[in-house]
Amino acid sequence: MSAQFMQYLLTGLTVGAIYALVALGFSIIFNASHVINFAQGEFVMIGGMATVWLVAAGLPYLPAILLAIAAAALVGLALEKFAIEPARDASVVTLIIITIGASIFLRGLAMVVWDKGFHALKPFTGDTPIAIGGATILPQSLWVLGVTLVIVLALSWFFGRTLLGKAMLATSHNRLAAQLVGINVRMVLFLSFGLSAALGAIAGILIAPITATSYDVGIMLGLKGFAAAILGGLGSGIGAVVGGLVLGIAETMSAGYLSSAYKDAIAFVIILVVLFFMPSGLFGRRGGERV
Amino acid sequence: MNSSRILTRLASPRTGGLLALAILIALLPLALPNRYFYDVAILVGLNAIVCVGLNLLIGYAGQISLGHAGFFGLGAYGSAILATRYGWPPLAALLATTVAVALLAFIVGRPILRLKGHYLAMATLGLGIIIFMVLTTEDKFTGGPDGISVVPFRIGAFALQGEHIWYWVVGVLLLLAVWLALNLIESPTGRALRALHSSEVGAEVVGINAAEHKLMVFVISAVFASVAGSLGAHYSGFVTPSKAAFLHSIELVTMVVFGGLASTYGAVVGAAVLTTLPQLLTSFEDYEMMVFGALMIGTMVFLPRGVVPSIARLLASRRKAVPDDKADGK
Amino acid sequence: MNSTQTRSSFKRGLAAGAAALALIAGTAVAQEPIKIGSFLSVTGGASFLGDPEKKTLELYVDKINAAGGVLGRKLQLIVYDTGGSAEKARTFAKRLIDEDKVDVIVGGSLTGSTMAVVPLVEAAQIPFISLAGAVDIVEPVKKWVFKTPQTDRMACEKVFADMQARKLTKIALISGNGAFGKSMRAQCLSVASKYGIQVIADESYSNGDTDMTAQLTKIKNTPGLQAVLNPGFGATPAIVTKNYRQIGITVPLYESHGVASKGYIKLAGAAANGVRLPAGALLVADTLPASDPQRAVLLSYKHAYESKYHSDVATFGGHAYDGLMIAVDAMKKVGSTDKAKVRDAIEATHGFIGIDGTFNMTPTDHMGLDLSAFRMLEIKNGDWTLVK
Repeated sequence: MSAQFMQYLLTGLTVGAIYALVALGFSIIFNASHVINFAQGEFVMIGGMATVWLVAAGLPYLPAILLAIAAAALVGLALEKFAIEPARDASVVTLIIITIGASIFLRGLAMVVWDKGFHALKPFTGDTPIAIGGATILPQSLWVLGVTLVIVLALSWFFGRTLLGKAMLATSHNRLAAQLVGINVRMVLFLSFGLSAALGAIAGILIAPITATSYDVGIMLGLKGFAAAILGGLGSGIGAVVGGLVLGIAETMSAGYLSSAYKDAIAFVIILVVLFFMPSGLFGRRGGERV
Repeated sequence: MNSSRILTRLASPRTGGLLALAILIALLPLALPNRYFYDVAILVGLNAIVCVGLNLLIGYAGQISLGHAGFFGLGAYGSAILATRYGWPPLAALLATTVAVALLAFIVGRPILRLKGHYLAMATLGLGIIIFMVLTTEDKFTGGPDGISVVPFRIGAFALQGEHIWYWVVGVLLLLAVWLALNLIESPTGRALRALHSSEVGAEVVGINAAEHKLMVFVISAVFASVAGSLGAHYSGFVTPSKAAFLHSIELVTMVVFGGLASTYGAVVGAAVLTTLPQLLTSFEDYEMMVFGALMIGTMVFLPRGVVPSIARLLASRRKAVPDDKADGK
Repeated sequence: MNSTQTRSSFKRGLAAGAAALALIAGTAVAQEPIKIGSFLSVTGGASFLGDPEKKTLELYVDKINAAGGVLGRKLQLIVYDTGGSAEKARTFAKRLIDEDKVDVIVGGSLTGSTMAVVPLVEAAQIPFISLAGAVDIVEPVKKWVFKTPQTDRMACEKVFADMQARKLTKIALISGNGAFGKSMRAQCLSVASKYGIQVIADESYSNGDTDMTAQLTKIKNTPGLQAVLNPGFGATPAIVTKNYRQIGITVPLYESHGVASKGYIKLAGAAANGVRLPAGALLVADTLPASDPQRAVLLSYKHAYESKYHSDVATFGGHAYDGLMIAVDAMKKVGSTDKAKVRDAIEATHGFIGIDGTFNMTPTDHMGLDLSAFRMLEIKNGDWTLVK
């Protein structure tokens, strides 16, 4: 029984780490602009697909990965510059629709530039499963967990210790006050898109060897990442990570112990129940309402 | 009544707008050469009915729902299963389904509407997905992902079949839906809703029960969606779970925002444009998705309030410009 | 000229003029292309079905036109992308019938899309050859509806026959919850007892899922397990296969014909070795003996597709080849595009050697294939081999 539990836990953590990375992307953009970027899933897709394509074109692994992340970041910056900034005074709902349009556009672009098929990436350090406590885990899963941990630590250093990070954090707390102390909030928004895109791309590259990547993987992963971000509390980094892990584990435990057919539905029921008792998510800012 | 009063009445959305819409619906068949065009028009009408209801929730009450396709799907499946599997008369199936969906919306609406903003969005999204998963998984009832076929809509011996008849049915129902929505907006309830939208706390201070009003709009919009779903099921002759899918919910919200929030006619325009656009873009083949996405971005960037309010603003500012010119003595 | 001569020359002139007009009009009618309509899931979750289908149709319409067309007329292909949506399929079918006025429809990658269109083609009385898998399309028989792919029930029967031969009786199912996976699962459950098969575990997953170890762990721990069958398509069965080896399940794994493409082997890698699946003979075309009736047709299709598109051929494209060729064949046999006559000719298709198998249709069998259309394949060393 406990070997089974261990297996579910390890799988849930792996899947959850990916959701956490995507959720972090949502949170960072939300903090800078109160916009939910529905194109976040597409950054995940670009990371995986671009790497596959570059490797197939002959580039060695590491340069391909770095180039793919850079490409995704560029796409994120372009999205901000050409679609978000011209509409910056519009209502939040309009901006959401713009990001939805962007996600459709990016998917269509990927379909044309690459193709509609599925592609796999070679695992970073091989395929042999590692046994832990009666369960098995792929080496690639360890990469996923390890890199996610490193990123979370790096981000907390960035937001807590560097000037730019602190400026971004200040903007998320109070945009007007940040402007008053001289922070260029437009630059903050610009950079947050680039950063979120890079995070999404990293998630896509990490998981591509385990699953397969294609031009429309972004839809499901974006949805789950959004759910994780909300569960953890929008705008909270810790919330995004915890939300992602909880969602991943809830899914695998439901599949294992309850019903594999309904595992997604059960995960969403859990989210609804949590929101019922904690309307701002697990770690969300319990803001007072300004009258 | 003298002429200026008649003109003022005509200019109001309730009479003038409805009249214009009625004339449009009556004359449109002259431009529809074959059944395919009628089909698109009927689909526009059904989507418009859902959007008019959804607009009450999003545009006027300021809430959000990313799961409204769930109600649409439940309406469709309710009618489909009762009428086809159990042989109920379609009208009874429609009414029973509508009541059931209204009840569901009432029960889940209470806890869900306590959430705000993106959390509410997530909750409605989750609800939609749960509905979709149930419809997909319970294949003994629902036929699973391939769906089931649906008997035609019969009232007694008379069967509603064929695009021409359905066009008029949907046209009349659309007019009814718009009329209901407009009446609701102008009523004290509607004004309470608009007060809610600008400030929930402020509205409560003047004695408006926010929770009750939000719940009522939620249920009304769910009913609109369910009725449209039931009719759509009988019209197409089949149902599949994709009617309740997340992507369909997103499409509906996009139609409402695209057409113009807080504008009932905007919802109709949004439904019309976004339902017909994919038909017009087929020639782009592989590039269709890119063009569609780019059009969405472009329109929202340049008409951020949605099509109808932005155009109304443009016309209003033009009208104001004219007296200034005259004042300059040109 | 006197008046009689004037009148007769006038009559001759009139006759000549009428003949000329008839000739021009006749040529004009003859020049009008034969319209083949199609609606396919070119994008969306089922694009690995619709994409090769569209490419195949385009390739062969061009080839036929280059060789002079059909009945002296060119073929015109009109394809609409449904994105996997049955609603869009219905609207596009109406468009093909009422607006584009096509002569025959070859399309419908998915069962849902096909079933949505069936009432339309029956009412419009236009022949429709579907490219979708479920047995419900031709059972009960509908006058104007035909199909080319082997049914999912046949896939189950082929797998169960193989399991029976290997004395595997207690099996687990792990199916995708999409239309294909669910439909095949339902068929397998209904025919299992005929082959003495007992289904002792029944798990499922969503097509977009990234990991199935939870479901497979449950299956692994089911006592008495002798084999596992995975009805599903797309990329997810490859993940199932990898997870299968990862957690160390040793009993035989069977896949469905939904993974009958090189992409599956590429994605699953070494984990795919030892997997058995029912598939059309296309994948092992070059290993077929020269006496095999399908060999020539298969190799010709494989060569044409791969040289034009530089990507591995897939059995799904073959469904479209069969549909198009059967329709064209029928038109040639009756010498016209009259819908009723073409329908009758399609129904009388006999001994037609296609990619999916040899077709013998009858008024009660609008598919025309039997179990021999499926071959049992096993993956060895990253390639397909035929199980004798």
